[in-house]
Amino acid sequence: MAAGMDTPPSRLIRLLQLGHAKRALEAQAIWQCVSCQTCATRCPKSVDCAGVMDALRQLSAERGVATPKQQRTVLFQKAFLRNIRRNGRLNELELIGEFKFSTFLHGRSLSFLFKDATLAPQLMKRKKFHLVGEKAHDRAVVARIFARCMDNSLL
Amino acid sequence: MNLAYYPGCALHGSSNDYEQSLRACLGALEVELKEIDDWICCGATAAHSLNQKLSVALPARNLALAENKGFREMLAPCPMCSMQLLKARKALAEDEALRRSMSEIVELEVRGDTQVLNLIQLFERIGLDRLKAAVKAPLDSICAACYYGCLLTRPASVVEFDDSEQPRSMEKILEALGGKTVDWNYRTECCGAGMTMANEQTVLDLSHKILSDAAAHGANCLVVACPMCHVNLDMKQPDIERHYGVRHAMPIYYLSDVVGLALGFKPEALGVNRHFICSADLKVSTADADLKAGAVGKA
Repeated sequence: MAAGMDTPPSRLIRLLQLGHAKRALEAQAIWQCVSCQTCATRCPKSVDCAGVMDALRQLSAERGVATPKQQRTVLFQKAFLRNIRRNGRLNELELIGEFKFSTFLHGRSLSFLFKDATLAPQLMKRKKFHLVGEKAHDRAVVARIFARCMDNSLL
Repeated sequence: MNLAYYPGCALHGSSNDYEQSLRACLGALEVELKEIDDWICCGATAAHSLNQKLSVALPARNLALAENKGFREMLAPCPMCSMQLLKARKALAEDEALRRSMSEIVELEVRGDTQVLNLIQLFERIGLDRLKAAVKAPLDSICAACYYGCLLTRPASVVEFDDSEQPRSMEKILEALGGKTVDWNYRTECCGAGMTMANEQTVLDLSHKILSDAAAHGANCLVVACPMCHVNLDMKQPDIERHYGVRHAMPIYYLSDVVGLALGFKPEALGVNRHFICSADLKVSTADADLKAGAVGKA
């Protein structure tokens, strides 16, 4: 994965060691990262690079400093958590709708809005999609767990 | 085996074909799955990307639900779920203050002493000898590239499973079922995981490389044990083919699909017919054409 990054994990760690947190936060890499854990597994110095990536993403989201190119992934992860907070379990159809809508509000890209429109009928044909998604029964406890862990306005 | 079952959102959503095949196999092998009552999402990548505390609390709630029902072991067939559960379990087991604060946050006492198994581990627990003895249709036409992806073996200190660079556990199962496997280079490379929507190009690039390497080493199918790997390699294959102008036509099986086929189930009984890439060309031998899925289930 590092091959496709503008700033590979090793360089991100170096930037942080040298105190260049702002440059690290601006790297596309932190939101390109797919959390595959390869960097942390292979690091000869046992640095938990994947954990550092998590910390950088959390800072980036808290401070609202994601660059326009990073935004799409940030919007996706936020839509994902809002969905769980509401339903207790992930409702894929809702997530896709919400993510597409929020990216449209953000970037006004019509082509991205409708890009996967053909997917829904294909999934339905294969009985892989339900119009009414599953929900946890005790959704109130899920909302309370969220409130105890994070500032709800962040989502 | 008193086994709690944590399906996770994917297996109750668009990867319900995975649940169909693993339920069929485990039914035939007489392993009862007791779904955890009112389980919630593990938080997946979104939680650990946005909030550290939440990424422990969501799995901790599920661990607590299982522990409070007296379960000592839990099957989590999605490696994202099992890794998140194991990560929370490890953090809880090592830190009493965290156990106390998390017990308050999730409103249930949590100890972090439930063992979490992935599907490969469950088949190992059932035993290769028992699997071998139950084979009704040896997988002699299968030459599989076993694909582990990222989270089945990583981070090694959390999942403590197989070898993170050269895993062999799936190959051993396939070989016990009479199948062949290939040596190839991309077995632990990532397919892009949950970035299918947010960062599609990354998924297409990574998955194209994986499919190409498997084909170059003579595989006629891929075997996975992860719902996200399946989505990226199967559902996105038409997009990969359009983008690169290469026709892979590579069937992607869940591990429970190939176990089920070997146990004599028809592809339809396992949900294999609901995959995007049709595996009809593979001509998996179903030893007895009249063998009904139900009959095997009772056998």
